[in-house]
Amino acid sequence: MKYLDEYRDGALAQQLAAEIHRVATKPWTLMEVCGGQTHAIIKFGIDELLPKQVTLIHGPGCPVCVTPLEKIDQALEIANRPGVIFTSFGDMLRVPGSTTDLLSVKASGGDVRIVYSPLDAVKLAEQNPAKEVVFFGVGFETTAPATAMAVFQAAQKGLKNFSMLISHVLVPPAIEALMSSPNCRVQGFLAAGHVCAIMGYEEYPPLAAKYHVPIVVTGFEPLDILQGILMCVQQLESGRAEVENQYARAVRKQGNQPAQHLVREVFHVVPRKWRGVGEIPASGLGLNSAYATYDAELKFGVTNRRVDEPADCLSGLVLQGQIKPHECPAFGKRCTPEHPLGATMVSSEGACAAYHRYRLR
Amino acid sequence: MCLAIPGKIISVAGDEPTFRTGKVDFGGIAKEVSLAYIPEAAIGDYVIVHAGLALSKVDEVEAQKVFEYLKRMKELGELEEAGP
Repeated sequence: MKYLDEYRDGALAQQLAAEIHRVATKPWTLMEVCGGQTHAIIKFGIDELLPKQVTLIHGPGCPVCVTPLEKIDQALEIANRPGVIFTSFGDMLRVPGSTTDLLSVKASGGDVRIVYSPLDAVKLAEQNPAKEVVFFGVGFETTAPATAMAVFQAAQKGLKNFSMLISHVLVPPAIEALMSSPNCRVQGFLAAGHVCAIMGYEEYPPLAAKYHVPIVVTGFEPLDILQGILMCVQQLESGRAEVENQYARAVRKQGNQPAQHLVREVFHVVPRKWRGVGEIPASGLGLNSAYATYDAELKFGVTNRRVDEPADCLSGLVLQGQIKPHECPAFGKRCTPEHPLGATMVSSEGACAAYHRYRLR
Repeated sequence: MCLAIPGKIISVAGDEPTFRTGKVDFGGIAKEVSLAYIPEAAIGDYVIVHAGLALSKVDEVEAQKVFEYLKRMKELGELEEAGP
């Protein structure tokens, strides 16, 4: 496929890796923010092409992984109600809640359906006027425009039987929370390319300056990631801490303005709890009051659920880059993709699942 | 989750901006995609699609830059090897 295959060229990847070897003279620790990048790094073995002194640690950028336990419990409670069609992206179905998961609800007769797009959930609501259709709205800034559009289209069509359980999270507050932690080892960031395709990258220069870290907006294919690492290491070696854009074929400085506009029309910024991390101020999105009738928490009366996370899952440390997945005592033993303790083992973009799939052979 | 894939617009439908859609070809598989966020998108453009919506138009000039950079680097390397 055009704009995909050519960025996976092995010889060119080796050429970029050789340049990184040439440039890197000191030890550097970089974090890739996005789970999609983590998956590509482990799948293509990009970390194994790097010189020993360049370490990649994997960031919190997997929305499935950071969705708090109580949201999963709310989803399970709503999906169990009669007359509900509960719709979700596929990767949320196996995320364990306190007692069960959405797949088990489906197996025991609940009407749980995987959709490719939240707009498909709106179509389901139109086709099933006697049912309540709920969409599980998780994701970063990349996905928020899709859920915002679904709510907006539902409102335009006057649908009364559509609502959304929202657990949207935002990337810059998470970077800020990571950097302000005293245990932070990160010296440079590969920022998430598709988040920036929506939001642009004007939010990042203050962060780069405050913490003196280079931030390179980076794509998802092997050549993108290697070039992002090279640009980051070049900055570190020359003492710079700037914001650069490796992924310019998809990312403009101002981002996608119509998408930002609709996200602001439908959502506002709220504090959000991140699974394994805790509450981060101003790090999520909630529905604006004008769209409150589409809020599934209010519609189904499931607000104020609070539960504690299992103590033997160290996903919080993994998400903050403080340990690698295989350093967790439960990894591959009590915690596997078939029987996950935490969400980082569930989602294909979770660091634990990526290590389990590609590194345990 | 933030996976988004480039594809080529092969047809466009709908006049109302919120509901404008396009058929996008992903290497032989065509899917209907919302074009609400890329009002300028036209047939023949490559767009990056996530969760059923086009999020960004691919900039063809920018897309070539990494290859030009690698080519230049290789030529420089060959020059250095050849010596003065």
